[in-house]
Order: sequence, then structure tokens, then C-alpha cells
Amino acid sequence: MKRLVILGGGTAGTMAANRLRRRLDPGDWKISVVDKSEIHYYQPGHLFVPFGIYRPQDVVKPRRRFIPDGVDLIFGEIAQVVPAENRVLLTDGQELPYDYLIIATGTSPRPDQTPGMAETEWRKSVHEFYTLEGATALGERLADWDGGRMLVQIVDMPIKCPVAPLEFTFLADAFFAERGIRDRVDLTLVTPLEGAFTKPIASKHLGSILGERGVRIEGDFVVERIDPDRKTVVSYDGREIPFDLLVTVPLHMGADYLAASGLGDELNYVPVDKCTLLSKAYANIFAIGDASDIPTSKAGSVAHFSLELFEDNFVSHVRGRAMTRPFDGHANCFIESGHGKGLLIDFNYDTEPLPGKYPLPGIGPFSLLRETEANHWGKMMFRWVYWNLLLPGKPMPLEPLMSMAGKEVEVLP
Amino acid sequence: MALATIAGTQVHVDDEGFLTEYDEWTEGLAQVLAAQIAIELTEPHWKAIHFLREDFKQHGETATIRRITTVGGIPTKDLFTLFPKQPAKKMAYIAGLPKPRGCV
Repeated sequence: MKRLVILGGGTAGTMAANRLRRRLDPGDWKISVVDKSEIHYYQPGHLFVPFGIYRPQDVVKPRRRFIPDGVDLIFGEIAQVVPAENRVLLTDGQELPYDYLIIATGTSPRPDQTPGMAETEWRKSVHEFYTLEGATALGERLADWDGGRMLVQIVDMPIKCPVAPLEFTFLADAFFAERGIRDRVDLTLVTPLEGAFTKPIASKHLGSILGERGVRIEGDFVVERIDPDRKTVVSYDGREIPFDLLVTVPLHMGADYLAASGLGDELNYVPVDKCTLLSKAYANIFAIGDASDIPTSKAGSVAHFSLELFEDNFVSHVRGRAMTRPFDGHANCFIESGHGKGLLIDFNYDTEPLPGKYPLPGIGPFSLLRETEANHWGKMMFRWVYWNLLLPGKPMPLEPLMSMAGKEVEVLP
Repeated sequence: MALATIAGTQVHVDDEGFLTEYDEWTEGLAQVLAAQIAIELTEPHWKAIHFLREDFKQHGETATIRRITTVGGIPTKDLFTLFPKQPAKKMAYIAGLPKPRGCV
């Protein structure tokens, strides 16, 4: 009997459990999933909670419901992996031996990593929306906030869902406009990047939308610390920006047990081959979803596209065959832009987001890099798709590899 | 990709002037590249540049500021003093490495 242990039962871990349970003979393979929490969070929905678009109960379901029969779900905290002995140790003393290990413990915001952040002003005038607890607290703050200086600030890249801070900014602009207080809010995006986004063409499009909405961008801002007494963010090059309300995206890191196990890089991400997701150090360890160091977005769409290929690769690998379905870094993100509209971007390791139509060339129904109502409805429908198609690993009419069909290639001046 | 002549040597550069061939870089070239962005290389500068070169050789990626600090042991504050305003970009430029990917 071979043992496959999957660490983490979030988006990627749950998809892997469902897909691999169907592919691996239950007589030959025992599959276990380890997670510390009984709740599965629909993380794309956290963005909507501060604005009252979703309620907290709209984004949670029991984790067990999405783990298939024939997979052992273990609730516990991971203490360490001992790769030399093929064992996982839990903090309660349990030991899980494995033949193959899949690391899917994702990435988490770490407010403790920036001096002054998680201190006296935390959840008062300093907020985040990546956790449900944080998004809920921010919603309570926004409900009666009557304006002032608001910063949406990113500590460092990479972050989970790199478009989320932009979406938050668009939604905040619309939220204040609808409440009739937009003129009383000074809204600034503070980012370590040069502009609105990482890739030039998308950055230009998104930056101009921010400009139209009266949002200023403070770029190349690498935060050194937050001064909670003076309500100011301070950069390494000495710039200081005061705030009345700071919405920060804290530094993101992989799980700490990966550092303790010698499996992580400086941010606890597992170095893997970017085409197969196989660990660079161990031939029986893979890292999927946000937990790996692959150079593309940390996003559910990446987990989804990569796992369609990973499923075949994993089965080949355990049978001693070559892995023949390389992943291209395909990412696909809806960008909610407020007022019932949204954008969509589609890109991979080599091709930046371009304008066009998706998934059907020339038809859509979704438009790339343009604000449309159809994109907004795609985003809102996605919650149903997530729970009912994505997590169970059911077929979706989207190709795992990025396609140039439907994309308009423009030349930057 | 284009060819540029820097300090009498032909090298391959991208459209922003970053060297694209790891092995075309020399310390002499680094001094010229640094001078172009008004930086005079001193011992602490070289420590950062050499870390970047070595790390790239091993991992195939230009190290981020965070990596230079946590793995290379050079405080972030110092990097901002040595290479003002945009240290990640300036260090990569001088070290003859690709611009650090903004992350995605």
C-alpha cells in the first residue's frame, strides 16, 4: 500500500485530493489530507465582505464536505516534515509516514513581519482584508467611517491574488461614491512596484482607470515600518505618508513548518520545477498552489490550471515515467472594478496580460483588459463554480494552457 | 535584444539597457554601468553585487531585496543608502542581471 500525504486542504489540496483519488487505485494507494481548520474559506469572497456585498457566512463551508470518500482527513497542526525519513510530524505527536508528499499549505499574510503593524492601531485604524476576521473588522470600520485619508498599501510581492489591492481600491471608490462621501476621501495606492501592476500593458490600463477615479499612486514605496502613534507609514528611503485609515496587504509567507523542515526559501516557498511542480531537492515531494515558488500569480486559477496537468504528471511520475505535460504559468483573474463592472486578465510565464476576448476568440463572453458588465457577472458566478466544479475537480470548458487566440498584440510606444 | 558598446566592449542588452548575457559581465563593466547611474562602487556595493551574481548563478533568478537581506545578510536600509530610490533595479543593472521580475 503506497501512502500519499497532502498537506493543506485549501483550494489546491482539495482539488488534488479529488483528482488523484479518481486516478489512484484505492487498493494500492492510501490518501490523507492534513489541515488545521475545519472551515474551508472561499478566499476570493473576502474582498467583498468589507463593503457588505458578501456577509461572512457567504464565504465559508465545512472543509470535510469537499474531501472525497476514500480520503482520510486529519485535523492537526504540522510541526515538521522530515524529508530524509519520509515522515510528517504533527504538533499533537502524530506521525504520518509517506511515500509521496504534496505540499499545499499556501501562503498567509504576516502582519507580524512589519514593525508597528500589528500593534496598538491593529484593527482600529490599521486593517487588512485577506483574512475573514480582518475583512469583517474592516467592514465594521467602513460602515460608519465619514472620510479622511485612506491608504491601500502593499508591503511586498508576491502576494495572494496580486490584483486584489486594485480591486479593493476600485470597490472603495465606488462604495464612497454611492454613500455620497467620495469627495471627503483622499484615496492613495501605496506600492513597492513602479506603477499599478507588475506587467507593463496591464499596468498602463489599470493605472489609467485609477487615475480616472481620482486615486493617486505612490510607487517604489518599500515600507520600513508603520508608526501607530503618528499614524504614518515610513519607507526605507525616508518617505512618510500619514493616514486616517490604512488598509494594508501584509507581507505574505509560506507556512513556518517549511522553514523548520529545510524545505522553504527566504519566504518559506518550496523551490520546484516550474513546469512539473516537483521539488528541486526531493523526488517524492511536490508543492502545488500558492506554496511553491513558481514565478506566476499566487491565485486559484493558477492552482486550477496547473493541477489539470499535474494530475497526469503525478500519475506518470509515480509509475516511473517521464512527466510529459509541462505547465506554462497560465493565470486568469477577474478584476472587479466597481459600479457593476469588471476586467479580466489572462497570461502566463512568457506572455503578459493583453486585451482581447476570452475564452472564445472574438466572441468572449468575457473581455480581456476592458471593463464590462459580463466580466463582473463572471466574477460573481465564480463562487458557485468554485464550490461545485473547481474543488471537486469537475471538467470546466477552459484550456489549462494559455492560448494566444483572441488576444490583441499591441506594440508599446 | 540589441548590441551596445560599453567601455569598448560589445554586449547584449535589453531595451532598458540591462545586460542579457550572464557571461558578458565583468567587474570593469560594472564600474562603467554604475557610473552611468551616478553610483561609485565601494566595498559594500561590491558585497551586494557579488551576492547577486553568485545567487543568480545558483538559482537562475535575480534576488529580491528581501532575499539579499535575509540570505545575503545586508540590511535593507543599507541597500537603500548604497543604491538610492530603486535598489533592486539598480543592483541588477550594475550586476548585469535581468531586472528583478516585479512578481506577478
